[in-house]
Amino acid sequence: MRRRGTNSCAGAWRVAARLGCMAAILGANTSTFAAEPNPLPQLNPFETDALCTPRNVVDELVERRLRELGLKPAKLCSDAVFVRRVFLETTGTLPTAPEAAAFIQSRDPDKRRALIDRLLEREEFADYQAMRWSDALRIKAEFPINLWPNAAQTYHRWVRAALRDNMPYDAFARELLTASGSNFRVPPVNFWRATQNREPVGLAQTVALTFMGTRAERWPSNKLAGLAAFFSQVGYKSTGEWKEEIVFWNPAASNAAPSGVLPNGKTVVFDGQRDPRALFADWLVDPKNPWFTRAVVNRIWAWLFGRGIVHEPDDLRPDNPPSHPDLLARLEVELIAARYDLKQLYRLILNSQTWQRSCIPTSNDPRAEIHFAHYPLRRLDAEVLIDAICRLTGSGEKYTSAIPEPFTVMPADQRAVALPDGSVTSPFLELFGRPPRDTGLFAERNNRITAAQRLHLLNSSHIQRKLEDSPLVRNLGRSGQSPREIIQGVYLAILSRYPTDAELKTVAEHFRAGAGRSREAALDLAWALLNSPEFLFQH
Amino acid sequence: MSTHNAQYQQLRQLAADDPTGLLAALPLSRREALRRCLFGAAGLFLLNGWGLRAAESRAPAAVPLKPARARSVIQIWMWGGPAHLDTFDPKPDAGYDYCGPLNKAIPTCVDGIQIGELLPELARQADKFAIIRSMTHGNNGHETASYIVQTGRLAGGRDVFPCAGAVTALFKGYDAGYTGLIPPYIVLTEPQGRFSEAGFLGSRYKPFATGGDPAATRFYVEGVVARGISDERQRARRELLHRLNTLGEFLPGNASLKTLYESEEQAYNLILGDAGKVFDLSQEKDELRDRYGRNTFGQSCLMARRLVERGVPWVTINYKGWDTHKQHFQTMRRRLPELDKGFATLLQDLADRGLLDTTIVWWSGEFGRTPRVQWEAPWNGGRNHWGRVFSAVVAGGGFKGGRVVGASDNRGEEVKDRPVYPADLIATMYELLGIDPDAKLPHPQGLEVRAVPGERDGVPRAGKLVELL
Repeated sequence: MRRRGTNSCAGAWRVAARLGCMAAILGANTSTFAAEPNPLPQLNPFETDALCTPRNVVDELVERRLRELGLKPAKLCSDAVFVRRVFLETTGTLPTAPEAAAFIQSRDPDKRRALIDRLLEREEFADYQAMRWSDALRIKAEFPINLWPNAAQTYHRWVRAALRDNMPYDAFARELLTASGSNFRVPPVNFWRATQNREPVGLAQTVALTFMGTRAERWPSNKLAGLAAFFSQVGYKSTGEWKEEIVFWNPAASNAAPSGVLPNGKTVVFDGQRDPRALFADWLVDPKNPWFTRAVVNRIWAWLFGRGIVHEPDDLRPDNPPSHPDLLARLEVELIAARYDLKQLYRLILNSQTWQRSCIPTSNDPRAEIHFAHYPLRRLDAEVLIDAICRLTGSGEKYTSAIPEPFTVMPADQRAVALPDGSVTSPFLELFGRPPRDTGLFAERNNRITAAQRLHLLNSSHIQRKLEDSPLVRNLGRSGQSPREIIQGVYLAILSRYPTDAELKTVAEHFRAGAGRSREAALDLAWALLNSPEFLFQH
Repeated sequence: MSTHNAQYQQLRQLAADDPTGLLAALPLSRREALRRCLFGAAGLFLLNGWGLRAAESRAPAAVPLKPARARSVIQIWMWGGPAHLDTFDPKPDAGYDYCGPLNKAIPTCVDGIQIGELLPELARQADKFAIIRSMTHGNNGHETASYIVQTGRLAGGRDVFPCAGAVTALFKGYDAGYTGLIPPYIVLTEPQGRFSEAGFLGSRYKPFATGGDPAATRFYVEGVVARGISDERQRARRELLHRLNTLGEFLPGNASLKTLYESEEQAYNLILGDAGKVFDLSQEKDELRDRYGRNTFGQSCLMARRLVERGVPWVTINYKGWDTHKQHFQTMRRRLPELDKGFATLLQDLADRGLLDTTIVWWSGEFGRTPRVQWEAPWNGGRNHWGRVFSAVVAGGGFKGGRVVGASDNRGEEVKDRPVYPADLIATMYELLGIDPDAKLPHPQGLEVRAVPGERDGVPRAGKLVELL
């Protein structure tokens, strides 16, 4: 579907300002916003007592475990929190101010479900999920993954299209595992090139990590060797074209094994009729396979909650048990029943009360968070954070790749979430823990906050300049709006919600204290909100 | 209503009774909470984690430090590759095709050691440094050679290894008891790029690049010193930030927010506190600043001295402009006096303050430059990349001065005597720093990687620089 409202920040600001006016007229006193169902809207803008989402099967299983532990789940999150959360989680972008305001004010009882459905069809959903899969698949031009720029881009494009078109996940895996041909012309063959170790054992580890969510390097060596045999006939050869490489089935490979042993112990003899990779894929994507569905269900759960039902989400093994075995099993059944329709899985989880709970815990019991009693606070991904800052400030970033020469430079309006190639980067992305895509491990992404990051956000010329040049701030001094309208507009744009009375009062104080320097005061406000935990964290 | 809401209501009630109370009470309560988390029961000052000390920290359990001679390293990185013939390995007898107009070598304060004619100040400091004239790796690509020289590894493998600065940040930084607020690995002023950085060690060990220009009236260190924002406004902003932290009021004790607040405290200690004053070069006497040279390199040298004085383990001065394919000799005449002045003053100043004994100064580029001058168009008197042999200089921290190690042939084209590979030099520096060359580095896939590569890694070695110890 098309985006409502406008993409440009200045436009968003103008609409936001109008909405702000409207809200001010609707409720001359902000404490009586008619559309906000929360009985304590001024005190707690984050939670609601309204029952805006029915319980589903996920909730039954999560709550059963919470009852066993004697833990109480958090309340549901408010509409304002929901609209921001679901936009960020599905598309990696903030809602615009008008999008947020429209959702908050809508009286449609089914609006959450409807918004989820719309977001899953947006182009940005494909961008953001492709970014996550590109991390897992190590899509990177150079060092130590050497795909080469045009192969990285064609591979990313293929992955993105598959996610946009909702290719069934079993088909997706099979395509990646069995492709043969040129790295430039048959994009999924790059799966076999995007690894630090092309020996059969290295390929086996990559396959196990990607599709079975497990670390094969920890397996007994004979078990690993049995799996590696399936990849002993993967051949690579160059062509006359610079950096072109053909991946092909090479039964004549010097170390070609005559048979392999599947992880379930079954021996498969290679008959020379079919590529052993296809024989492995037959076993892998079979719905009866205990690894395949579990790994992807757990991976998507981990993306949506910051933590897998098995954690780390790519460390499935018998001695790392799931926190909710019945939930994991049920999600597997659901995905198989949906014929590996991944969007259906997103829909199931996003529509649960569990995912829609507030981040405010009901107790300080440390078991609450790992049992999903409340929504876990997580710093925004590096790419999501800089994209949000850029959109709010109407600015761009310079993304380049220093290697290989000639350097790759992206257009100024490039979104970080949509960068195809892990080698194309910026100092901000590096500072904020974007994964290097060296291993494909989930833990490569580092969203922990550091003092250097804090320093950058609070006080760097990079962020300061963006704020100063931002239409959000530049137009404030001369817009002729009342302070309340200005403040509401800034809140909707940055935090996707209306300010509370207390906040209005605090900000008004700040504007009064800076009398005569309203631009500076407005700049300070935008700066303070951009630096607030509420902006920096998915909450 | 939850307890937090109740607390929040109380505060708001307080505020209603006394409107100014809101302005005071909320930030104070938060500050109090922060104080409690920062000054724990043990009374330890916990503000030492520049990067977050992660629960699953990959840092080695036991810090394999040996007794150290050196506390810090100042790396003068000659980005682009300086010509060895025109600096520390002059060949006045090789003729015009090799020397061009710079055909004189000058004596130094050490008998028998001569250096390039444009380095007279350094000639007077020659007793403090050693010249290695037989550095070699054979690679002529900037990024790859930079990687080789600073990691000691072979390029083109399927792993990205950390450079010596990152390894030093690992073994002498926060994991090893370094408690400074200034990050343990600093680059003046622009990053060298990721071929020269933390590799698989990850972002915790990356350098902090200052940005800004230390030779400007004010050195605007990125994040630390903001242009046009007074300290007063910084404080007012910070108060506003605290007062508007509505979400935080509902999440007392949240671990992620605790980390955020700690990071903020550290950041403001640099922005407003005394720690950031290290970057205020106006605290130095004008006479000394003049001696260093009032240019970016000279003032970076002074800045580096101020940083090692405060115990920062590794400072890189990323000195650009040595990739002289064209206009080579004009550039040498312009830039070498600048290098001469800054580098020589640094050595003298470190010695005067008793810091040279504990500070290694390492001068090197990624390679040398073509000994035979390219007189033809389009170079018209330029020098190309030359990785077969080049020079490096080391001083202080336990390195003997007044020495020359190895030699190139009489045209400076090949190693004639005692090759020194990058890993040999790095291993020697580690020894002086007390870093065990066989210490294991934490690798994400658990591969066994030692601090210094050896023959087992396929890396050529000719042994550490025993002649300088």
